[in-house]
Amino acid sequence: MAMYQLSINGETHQVEAVPETPLLWVLRDNLELTGTKFGCGMAQCGACTVHLDGNPVRSCSTPVSTIGDKKVTTIEGITAGAGDDKLHPVQQAWMDENVPQCGYCQTGQIMSAIALIEKNPNPSDSDIDTAMAGNICRCGTYERIRKAIKRAANTDAK
Amino acid sequence: MKTEIYEHKIFKVTRRDFLKTTSVSMTGLLLGLQLSCKDSSKKLTGNPAALFAPNVYISINGNGDVTLIAHRSEMGTGIRTSLPLIMADELEADWSRVKVEQAVGDEKYGDQNTDGSYSLRMFFTPLRKAGATVRLMLEQAAAKEWGVPVTECKAHNHEVVHTSGKSFGFGYLAEKAGALPLPEESSITLKDPKDYKYITKQSSIVDLKDIVTGKANFGYDKKLANTKFAVIKRNPEAGAGLKSFDMEAAMKVPGVVKVFAMDAPGFPTTINSPLGGVVVVADNTWAAMKGREALDVKWMKGINADYNSPAYSNDMLKRAKTKGKVRRENGQVYKALDKAKKIVEADYIVPQLVHAPMETPCAQAHFHDNSCEIWAPTQDPQSARKAVATALGIDVKAVTINITLLGGAFGRKSKPDFIVEAALISKNIGGPVKILWTREDDIQHGFYHCPSAQHIKVGIDENNKVNAWLHRSVFPSIGGTSDAAAKEPAGWELSLGVIDLPYAIENVSCESHEAVAKIRIGWMRSVANIHHVFAIGSILDEVAQARGVDPVQNLLDMLGEDRMIDAKVFGPEFSNYGEKIEDFPWNTARFRKVIETAKEKSNWGKSLPKGSGQGIAVHRSFLTYVACVVEVTVDAENKIKISKVDYVVDCGVAVNPERIKSQFEGGAAFAAGLALKSEITVRNGAVEQSNFHNYKVARMSDAPYETAVHIIESTEKPTGVGEPPVPPFAPALCNAIFAATGKRIRQLPVKLV
Repeated sequence: MAMYQLSINGETHQVEAVPETPLLWVLRDNLELTGTKFGCGMAQCGACTVHLDGNPVRSCSTPVSTIGDKKVTTIEGITAGAGDDKLHPVQQAWMDENVPQCGYCQTGQIMSAIALIEKNPNPSDSDIDTAMAGNICRCGTYERIRKAIKRAANTDAK
Repeated sequence: MKTEIYEHKIFKVTRRDFLKTTSVSMTGLLLGLQLSCKDSSKKLTGNPAALFAPNVYISINGNGDVTLIAHRSEMGTGIRTSLPLIMADELEADWSRVKVEQAVGDEKYGDQNTDGSYSLRMFFTPLRKAGATVRLMLEQAAAKEWGVPVTECKAHNHEVVHTSGKSFGFGYLAEKAGALPLPEESSITLKDPKDYKYITKQSSIVDLKDIVTGKANFGYDKKLANTKFAVIKRNPEAGAGLKSFDMEAAMKVPGVVKVFAMDAPGFPTTINSPLGGVVVVADNTWAAMKGREALDVKWMKGINADYNSPAYSNDMLKRAKTKGKVRRENGQVYKALDKAKKIVEADYIVPQLVHAPMETPCAQAHFHDNSCEIWAPTQDPQSARKAVATALGIDVKAVTINITLLGGAFGRKSKPDFIVEAALISKNIGGPVKILWTREDDIQHGFYHCPSAQHIKVGIDENNKVNAWLHRSVFPSIGGTSDAAAKEPAGWELSLGVIDLPYAIENVSCESHEAVAKIRIGWMRSVANIHHVFAIGSILDEVAQARGVDPVQNLLDMLGEDRMIDAKVFGPEFSNYGEKIEDFPWNTARFRKVIETAKEKSNWGKSLPKGSGQGIAVHRSFLTYVACVVEVTVDAENKIKISKVDYVVDCGVAVNPERIKSQFEGGAAFAAGLALKSEITVRNGAVEQSNFHNYKVARMSDAPYETAVHIIESTEKPTGVGEPPVPPFAPALCNAIFAATGKRIRQLPVKLV
């Protein structure tokens, strides 16, 4: 076991964990940030997507010992400081398009989509396919995810 | 999957609890406080301690807050929104003042088994009645207060308004309505559909914001104080036992607190029993997983150690080519085939499949003081409750099943085995525990959609008319998971796309063969319709080709005159999704209408570039009529792109059109995955796939680019939409691939070489 000081959603957290523990389980079991989901444990499905310094990573396959001073952002932190009721434009687009069905994978989808739009404010269909290829939705909400990304991208451009 | 609908159970519930006045619960002092509007003709709230709870689904407090119970499980269909919406509409409640609460598992709510696409079919009318009863009682209370006839009082948008214009809020009336006797059922009037405010209108799901902000609670999210975390190492062969295990290395993993064996059930396993194995309990999830990795386990071999998918599939196919047990017979099919001018015949193979919901099975249990509380994503909380009580040897009333949101289910979470595991572990360790199935557990120890082989032979006579239809279906029955004697497809399974064939064909023989279950077989979204409709929908396209007519015209020709099909045609084993044929007839006019509408909406027969094509397939499942047209492009590297899907749906009254559309869009993607990518194979009794890298499902670029869902306007009783999108999709896709490439697909998943 070792102690780690992590910057998560703008706050510093001390956690004690075995070095190889995936960030996912530190977030969920130690810190009770349960918006980040377990789906596969081997970076195949994207349900556990969080941002490390703004880049989307699969937290199920990111050992806590590799985080260092990189800033972790989870679904709970994407509007950090903006107040509880404030939604990120991507979340708002998700609501406007009624994207979710069961909803389980959607926080991971949203994290991937935010990272895409921040790098590429006007993504093409093929940009979206590439950026979202790592996120599975068994309910099959892909069409609406695509529409929501385009809607959010347009919103950001305004 | 529910094989019978016990409607009488609902009405029993109706009499006992559903419409029973449980009286006003007065929990505090009468404060005499009345919050009212400045306008004295309008009183909105009443005694804040009052709770008007005239039935198990609806309560209104003195502030006018309406709480509606969602008693069926939310796994993505939107049912947690649609059912309360029905009550709110009849109640004339303001949706923004409605709180939806999830019921625990309890028989008092009536059927809670959220499976078989029958939530709306079963509850549309009872819940309308429940809402309308409460509406009437509020109107009666207002009439009594004002001393006017009830006919002058009308509930509207959370108030009861008198013809003079004065009004009382629901909150003000709650306590007064609670003092009234329950009205006779005959005095209740349901709304005229033209007055619907929410039913048939668009509406977002109640959990939408919680989902997009990560606040929604799924099965593994809640954490009780001092809860432990557990995973189980299971025998790769379903139901087989444990020979020995060494826990030394596992116990050395930091955080691991206990390792113990759980009994295996043998085979057949039943659907309630855990598979047994070695349980690892730890202080956190990761430690439990690492502890499991460190286990050294020796397994027993069971009776299915010789199960190998290729050999099993070949055996089924061999049998499919010989005469089987007749399950439906009209005319003399073999004679007609002998005399046929043209014969079309083909064999169809569909592999074993698994649900793989994004949320794997998981549960939290807390056994204490001879009682057990559970939090779990279950489709069937009442069965789970009974299974837990039996496993723990306690009274069913001592078990509480709290239903979380389900992160997808598709049939997997109607089996309570994983919940029973959690309960047994909690009892063993004497404290709360959360159990998680890893993805490997989910893919290797599931309740699989059966592997199947089918043979279909169609005869066309000298008038170019189809006059003979021979369909043989071979697959292990779901019954085989619980009963070793269930060695042949059941009548209800053959009613999902074999014996319910609606086409007007003089000579029909539907046959089955034995196939013994070698692994847990379960129901997966649309169940046996998956393989049956793949076969039927595919061969109908070949029949059209043989007859030299357009595939749409071929369907219409074969369907014949509009009629209500006499169920005798289907034979004695026909099960109409558990409903009487009088209540839900097989209406070929509705079938024809979805076909014709699909032709029009898809611009059927439009000119497409080389390498592109359209395909159609149609089916009635779960009493809903569906036509599906798929448009594909296949490039030089055989890469398949699904550019457009048109669904036409007749599901009776479209209660929540927005969610109907989402079910069909998602159903297309789900079916695209199983048609193009998914396959479970077994070697020596053990599943070979383990995670999404080798059990492939649809990703964004595999899913249809655009799915248009056209809903037929209807006043017929509402029927299911969760499963019906799936069956016609794969054959429509494969027919489109044929149109694009000239290659016939008779085995899934599609392999173009």
